[in-house]
Amino acid sequence: MSRVVTGAGYGLTDWLAQRITATIMAVYSIIALVVILSGLPITYAVWKDLFSQGWMRVATLLFMASLAWHAWVGVRDILMDYIKPDGLRLTLQVCTLLTIAAYLGWTIQILWR
Amino acid sequence: MSPAAAKKVRPKYLSLQALIFQIRLPLPGWVSILHRISGALLFVSLVWLLWMLDRSLSSEAAFERIRHYASLWPVKLALLVLIWAYSHHVCAGIRHLFLDLDKGIDLKTARLTSVMVFVVSLGFTAFLGWKLW
Repeated sequence: MSRVVTGAGYGLTDWLAQRITATIMAVYSIIALVVILSGLPITYAVWKDLFSQGWMRVATLLFMASLAWHAWVGVRDILMDYIKPDGLRLTLQVCTLLTIAAYLGWTIQILWR
Repeated sequence: MSPAAAKKVRPKYLSLQALIFQIRLPLPGWVSILHRISGALLFVSLVWLLWMLDRSLSSEAAFERIRHYASLWPVKLALLVLIWAYSHHVCAGIRHLFLDLDKGIDLKTARLTSVMVFVVSLGFTAFLGWKLW
């Protein structure tokens, strides 16, 4: 059997990962919404204190890790659908991966400063 | 095959004009394509959002600068677009999860849930826009 190289996995993993990571991000969004709508005036002290809590750092990192995986599957699907030349598509996929790695690294830097 | 038939020009792709003015995408189709567009938009905007988070946590003076920056109308407008994109993506995503479970796949329900996605995401965007500013 000959396969067209698309850069994708061929299993259930991505499909499942897309849904699990989405759920994790949805839960984090609800927490964020509660904080925003709690009526607490968001000053620098409150903001800084929130992001120095251990649970908030871990939750935010978990959110970003989920986003990284979720965005990779999503962006790759878009590239596979619309970018037909193999070379260009693979280049863009590598760029996407590098961007995701940079986003993750930056997030860790912001959280554990 | 006759030469005339072989020469007959057949349309290979849809012109942009046809896509915009002639094809009427049904509402579930709009939910779907906007799910893609909003996802892509959020991905490329993340650099900007991370930059604001980075600045806002770096010092009190920088926090106040970001607060002022976020009160400028073009920035507010951009943030509101991203809030909409996030809301739409989440609502369309939840709808998608139900479709995965074979819930709401008949035409009537599928149309209804598409309307719900638009109503909830636009309503939420308006609510948050009103609440935040």
